[in-house]
Amino acid sequence: MASPLPLHLAVALDGAGWHPAAWRLPDARPSELLTAGYWTDLVTEAERGLLDFVTIEDGLGLQSSYPDRLDGRTDQVRGRLDAVLTAARIAPLTSHIGLVPTATTTHTEPFHIAKALATLDYVSLGRAGWRVQVSGRPDEAAHFGRRHIPQLKIEDFTDPAVLAFVNELFDEAADFAEVVRRLWDSWEDDAEIRDVATGRFIDIAKLHHIDFEGPRFSVRGPSITPRPPQGQPLVTSLAHSTIPYRLGARAADVVYITPADADIARATVAEIRELQAEAGRAEQTVHVFADLVVFLGDTDAAAAAGRARLEELAGAAYASDAPIFTGTPQSLADQLLAWQDAGLTGYRLRPATLPGDLHAITRGLVPELQRRGAFRTAYPGGTLRSLLGLPRPANRYATV
Amino acid sequence: MTKPRRQIHLGAHFPGVNNTTVWSDPQAGSQIDFASFTHLARTAERAKFDFFFLAEGLRLREQRGRIHDLDVVGRPDTFTVLAALAGVTTRLGLAGTINSTFNEPYEVARQFASLDHLSAGRAGWNVVTSWDAFTGENFRRGGFLAAEDRYRRAEQFLRTAGKLFDAWRGDEIVADKDSGTFLADAGAGAFTHRDDQFDITGQFNVPRSPQGRPVILQAGDSDAGREFAAATADAIFTQHNTLEAGRAFVGDVKGRLARYGRSHDELLVLPSATFALGDTDAEAQEKALLVRRQQVSGQTALRFVEHVWNRDLSDHDPDGPLPEGDPVVGENTIARGRASVRQIRDPLATARKWRELAEAKKLSLREVVIAVTGRQTFIGTAATIADQIDDLVQQRAADGFILVPHVTPGGLDEFADQVVPLLQERGSFRADYETETLRDHLGLPPVRSRP
Repeated sequence: MASPLPLHLAVALDGAGWHPAAWRLPDARPSELLTAGYWTDLVTEAERGLLDFVTIEDGLGLQSSYPDRLDGRTDQVRGRLDAVLTAARIAPLTSHIGLVPTATTTHTEPFHIAKALATLDYVSLGRAGWRVQVSGRPDEAAHFGRRHIPQLKIEDFTDPAVLAFVNELFDEAADFAEVVRRLWDSWEDDAEIRDVATGRFIDIAKLHHIDFEGPRFSVRGPSITPRPPQGQPLVTSLAHSTIPYRLGARAADVVYITPADADIARATVAEIRELQAEAGRAEQTVHVFADLVVFLGDTDAAAAAGRARLEELAGAAYASDAPIFTGTPQSLADQLLAWQDAGLTGYRLRPATLPGDLHAITRGLVPELQRRGAFRTAYPGGTLRSLLGLPRPANRYATV
Repeated sequence: MTKPRRQIHLGAHFPGVNNTTVWSDPQAGSQIDFASFTHLARTAERAKFDFFFLAEGLRLREQRGRIHDLDVVGRPDTFTVLAALAGVTTRLGLAGTINSTFNEPYEVARQFASLDHLSAGRAGWNVVTSWDAFTGENFRRGGFLAAEDRYRRAEQFLRTAGKLFDAWRGDEIVADKDSGTFLADAGAGAFTHRDDQFDITGQFNVPRSPQGRPVILQAGDSDAGREFAAATADAIFTQHNTLEAGRAFVGDVKGRLARYGRSHDELLVLPSATFALGDTDAEAQEKALLVRRQQVSGQTALRFVEHVWNRDLSDHDPDGPLPEGDPVVGENTIARGRASVRQIRDPLATARKWRELAEAKKLSLREVVIAVTGRQTFIGTAATIADQIDDLVQQRAADGFILVPHVTPGGLDEFADQVVPLLQERGSFRADYETETLRDHLGLPPVRSRP
């Protein structure tokens, strides 16, 4: 069965893997999670598998099993490195794979994040992206001490206070992404002229104030960093419901969704397309990827046993916001191709264990997809945007 | 038995956005492509420098209300480029400027701790204290800080970041697969800090880094700046790079250390320095003058004079005389986003001095600027320059130098190839790295966690 559409594959890297007991497996390297070597090994493995990009998780507080507060646990991985810097550290050691770190919009400065991601694009020669994330945790707000965030049951959308609060966080994220995108465009590509005759290094007519004014910040611009190689690095966001779908539709190039089945995927894609049209972006390519946690094995029984072993170590059944796949790379290939019909253009796989399930993806799933003519057999060369079939966008401030 | 020679410390400054950097030179490359950063960092590492250094400014400079276009414009994000450089070097220290006004300690601390992990202990932080509302227009809080509070903010920022760096002791992660204990302590990283700038509490999420905290650099020259450095810094940058001025500066700042319970070897004095190398001293002099003329075009000279006179002089002829009349005294409004303008403390006196010089030597406006600004620190053959550098360090006018090449990215190449081997022959500079971390390269004592 040959796939009619190119399939895009990303891997989400986090700690020792997405299962909380993954760090206890024999091939896990839990004491190396804060070293450059660990992350380099993972990303070079993903690049060997010709994947489109890796995402790197991050947050402004310690990891927690709760969405809205710390859990005080000592049996899971806690502590991490800044994801943008981790991506930058790996960039010169890789050459094709996209690097998509997470950065939070809630307490941070759009000016700093814009130039950090632009710089990631320079150091990776056009392979930078961003996973936009909001922070609704009061403990993270207390790390900054500038803003009160209420302790709410953040998943309870029947509570109007929660709804209003979540709306506010995502509106701020949309403003933040707008500022970042404007700053990336605040230098035209040919602003640097180095005109020895007149002594002018830049043509100031090609640098632009962005003059953004919003309830949480106003930013004058231009950026201190010239327009990055991709023009606009890739913007991505994870979404589980309408409010974040809207952020994705307004601001992102890739939206990750978490459908329980193909029908829900189809309905979600349709909703995002509507919101995209509402945002005036109907003509633009916005990829919708499904997130899947994957427990892989050579046989269905081996995969199930691996998962059972982890659950035993954790003392609890595994649950996730994303759908969970347990099985062989072959049956995962079946499911990915089947779900494509729902309008998905790719997947972000969350390996339950590292490096185990990453290897199963790069050495099992990828060859399987290649055999079926459904995945690239070499990198075509070029930027992350071009890998995803996205054009290099015109500069919004350019007049010609 | 001879006394052991004092060891020289060297930093490599990536060429910046003032007129020291000659972008019109045919050899000049990109100021933003990563290849340029890699080139300079690898040159510095090949020559066994202590560290690479990158400055920062958070708003493009303006003059006469327009973006200043005569000098290099455009820089990367400091943290991101240093993290990438950690991937192409193995021993070189990686230091950069990060502002204490338009940042929050939690975020800066996690970035520096991350950089320190990712570079295996090579991170350095030049703490700056800008305050102006002009730069603030790019940030959430705008121009919230009064000029007189900027050192207070910086000092509290640094103290707060220090608490965060110290929040993990370093033994909390046990990662025992058999027992299933990852963390020895559920409260790992706990901190609380409250003062008039910051009120924060929680658990820091980056475990203790190899150096414990980055090496702290500082560059203030005012009394408050020197005091701040004496209290908090591991190294201080300065413009005082001659024997007399250097010795006076060293005496002054090191004399302040005792009141903070610190010894003389806990604060290094590292003047910034430029150089012009030639095969003969005469050739080097010629080259120095040529570079000075490239650095100070007629248009650039006019901008410098505007900084002092504090008004638009665009109708003046740079090859003619200095402007008539006195400078406009008061807040400098002609140039924005440049720290150097604030160092003109008495514009009337500066103008008088410049006029006297012009009359005595019959100099044009441009020639005055060439004469009074930024002459190269070291001019001569490799042997002459090695002598000068070594003498200054042996005579305690400095602990070393931050070298500022005038061409990106190859401007340090000849220094690395010609001058460094002579310093090594003299036994004043390391022949190879003997230590792993930046703190150890600099010979600084281990971090003491401050209460």
